[in-house]
Amino acid sequence: MDLIRTNDLTKQFDGFTAVDGVTLAVGAGEILALLGPNGAGKTTTIRMLTSILRPTRGTAEVGGFDTQRNPVGVRRSVGLLTEHHGLYTRMRPLDYLQFFGKVYGMTPDQIRARVRELAARYDLEWAFGRRLGEFSKGMRQKLALVRALLHDPPVLLLDEPTSAMDPASARTVREGIAALRSAKRAIVVCTHNLPEAEMLADRIAIIHRGRIVAHGTPAELKKVLLGDPIMELRLARSLDGAVGLLPEGIDLLASGPDWIRYRTARPEKVNPELLGALAAAGVPVVTLSEVHRSLEDVYLQVVAGQEGAAERAV
Amino acid sequence: MNAGALATFDLFGGALTVARREIRDQMRDWRILIPIILLTLFFPALMNFTARQAVEFVGRYGAPLIGERLIPFLLMVVGFFPVSISLVIALESFAGERERLSLEPLLATPLTEGQLYLGKMLASLAPPLAASYLGISVYLIGLAIQIGWRPPGMLLAQVVLLTTAQALVMVSGAVVISLQTTSVRAANLLASFIILPVSQLIIGESLIMFWGRYTILWWVVLALTVIGVVLGRMGLHLFNREEVLGREFDVLRLRSGWDYFWHAFRQGAKNPLDWYRGLFRGTLARLWPSVAILAAALVAAYLLGGRMASEFRLPPEILELDRLDRDALGSLAEYGFLSGQGWLWVLSNNLRAMAAATLLGCFSFGVLAVILLMAPVGIVGYFAGNMALAGQDVGRFLAALVLPHAVLEIPAALVGGAAILQLGLAAISPPQGRSLGQNLLLALAEWARLFLGLVVPLLAGAAALEVFVTPRIALLLLNGM
Repeated sequence: MDLIRTNDLTKQFDGFTAVDGVTLAVGAGEILALLGPNGAGKTTTIRMLTSILRPTRGTAEVGGFDTQRNPVGVRRSVGLLTEHHGLYTRMRPLDYLQFFGKVYGMTPDQIRARVRELAARYDLEWAFGRRLGEFSKGMRQKLALVRALLHDPPVLLLDEPTSAMDPASARTVREGIAALRSAKRAIVVCTHNLPEAEMLADRIAIIHRGRIVAHGTPAELKKVLLGDPIMELRLARSLDGAVGLLPEGIDLLASGPDWIRYRTARPEKVNPELLGALAAAGVPVVTLSEVHRSLEDVYLQVVAGQEGAAERAV
Repeated sequence: MNAGALATFDLFGGALTVARREIRDQMRDWRILIPIILLTLFFPALMNFTARQAVEFVGRYGAPLIGERLIPFLLMVVGFFPVSISLVIALESFAGERERLSLEPLLATPLTEGQLYLGKMLASLAPPLAASYLGISVYLIGLAIQIGWRPPGMLLAQVVLLTTAQALVMVSGAVVISLQTTSVRAANLLASFIILPVSQLIIGESLIMFWGRYTILWWVVLALTVIGVVLGRMGLHLFNREEVLGREFDVLRLRSGWDYFWHAFRQGAKNPLDWYRGLFRGTLARLWPSVAILAAALVAAYLLGGRMASEFRLPPEILELDRLDRDALGSLAEYGFLSGQGWLWVLSNNLRAMAAATLLGCFSFGVLAVILLMAPVGIVGYFAGNMALAGQDVGRFLAALVLPHAVLEIPAALVGGAAILQLGLAAISPPQGRSLGQNLLLALAEWARLFLGLVVPLLAGAAALEVFVTPRIALLLLNGM
């Protein structure tokens, strides 16, 4: 069941198109990373999904509610973590969370129970005597995450949750987000942090100048955009005539005295054949492994392609 | 989530939740707390001391009246000073949250626009008003103890209501400003739009109090309440999440502003004839409600002027129009009538009046413009009333001296006044999907279309009639010459 569904979602500001025809679906239990550089349209998309901004064109349904026809229903279904924590720094955590709990229509008992549970989960109980202004950046973002989760929303929208954070704080928050994966919840994480997207997301949508330019699982994106997997074979002695043992369908990319690198569309068939042939020829194999290609390669290729296309259009 | 609780989370429930949080937050801010304490407790005590000293001093010189007037005046001042804090809080309400980046989480909650807006208003009003009432109490208790002075119930009610209405106006206006700015600094810069009129108001109220005409204060309370409600409605209308979070208010985009204005001014016309056709079919057709209001106001002004005639009568001998003779034409020529120069003078005078009305109308939702346009009609009514009281033929007076040029001048006043009224009201309620700036530009374009296409030509024609035709008709009708 899709908890978020958009169709041709578009937003223009005074003639500038910030989001251009975004069509997406995020199901329950899924984490989607919306990946893109600053100004790509991620935050505008999130704001349309929370019914803060009205789309210029297209539709969006969140938690089963239309963002334009039932904005209150949408906002009840959504927990939002903004790039900047947006806490009231003079307040104490409990007062702060009680305020938001009331706003979401929770009873005092419900708020207390939920705060206890979430504070324990995110290790914040010890800091409840302090004012929010005394919290570290990581703690503030964790408390903002607690705020977003307080009413147990089926949809979580996390806009740049770890930007401008030190590595330790970012890791804490990232682990917190990873722990939120649930069969009944859809999560969208906006980020320009590639390892974060790869670590957290089931699917990734790359957004550039307001348009979704690539969309799929990390593996799918790598395959589609970077081509078939690349394998590297290392032997215990020099290759000599071993190259002649390579089965058909292998695209030899590079080689050294005792190693070769090749691309294959069907590693599950080709690799056992190759190993069998090498074993039969008595060639000792040290390793056969897939060459790691990062999401960064995918992202840079997509963005570079888009920039090139735009320049050509100009 | 509790669905029942959500259902009962009504306008006031939500607004009170927002207000309570904000007030608790304010009470933790020493920059707000210290002035409130000082103005609530120490300032009234200082005013007590001032009042006692002043009463003793003027009593020594046989001028107790000054003391009698000073004590109520200081009562008003004691009430007003804490209320001025509300301006600071209200200016900060949206702009401050936007600046601290805490607004977006709030806007992402199920709170409605009404709940958020009302909550902010209540939070800005409640602490300064409470401080103000407390300050008034401290001042009155001090006076009762020191000189045994107790305020008449009516005066106390007036001061309390006046304080409340002033706070309402300042907070409503400040929230509107706060909604239209992205930083507290920008909001503070724009606050002069509130501070200057309010300071003028306080000077006016002080004069009224020293004059001792306390009944006028009821009218001030009424006027302030109306302005407060209008500003409140305007703020509520302007407040939507998209505008508050999505729009960049501080950037002046002259080019796009001009394009928007020009598009609205031209209305897609291909040539001047096409433009005039659009003016009559579109712009004038939309103007009728405002024209009707203006017409009613002018009629009221005429009747009011007539009524004033019985209170302030003119000597009958100066109203004997039959004494006009042919030499009068010569005198009129000396004053510039019957010449091109006179025409230019009358026209420029009328255009100046319209420009002044436009300027005043922009800052008063059109009200002051209507009052300004009512004034000449009221004067005509006043003279007509005097004519009637002196036994003269009012119809002949109007037909001779007013109607010849009024035939064009009154339509010009109606159309021009209605255009100004619409321009003034444009700030109150921009339609959904249109920003305040866009609505003002649109109203300005309509105003420009009407003035350029109708009002100025009508006034030019009226000036020509007034200078060249009216004097001759006057002599013809009044003296048969």
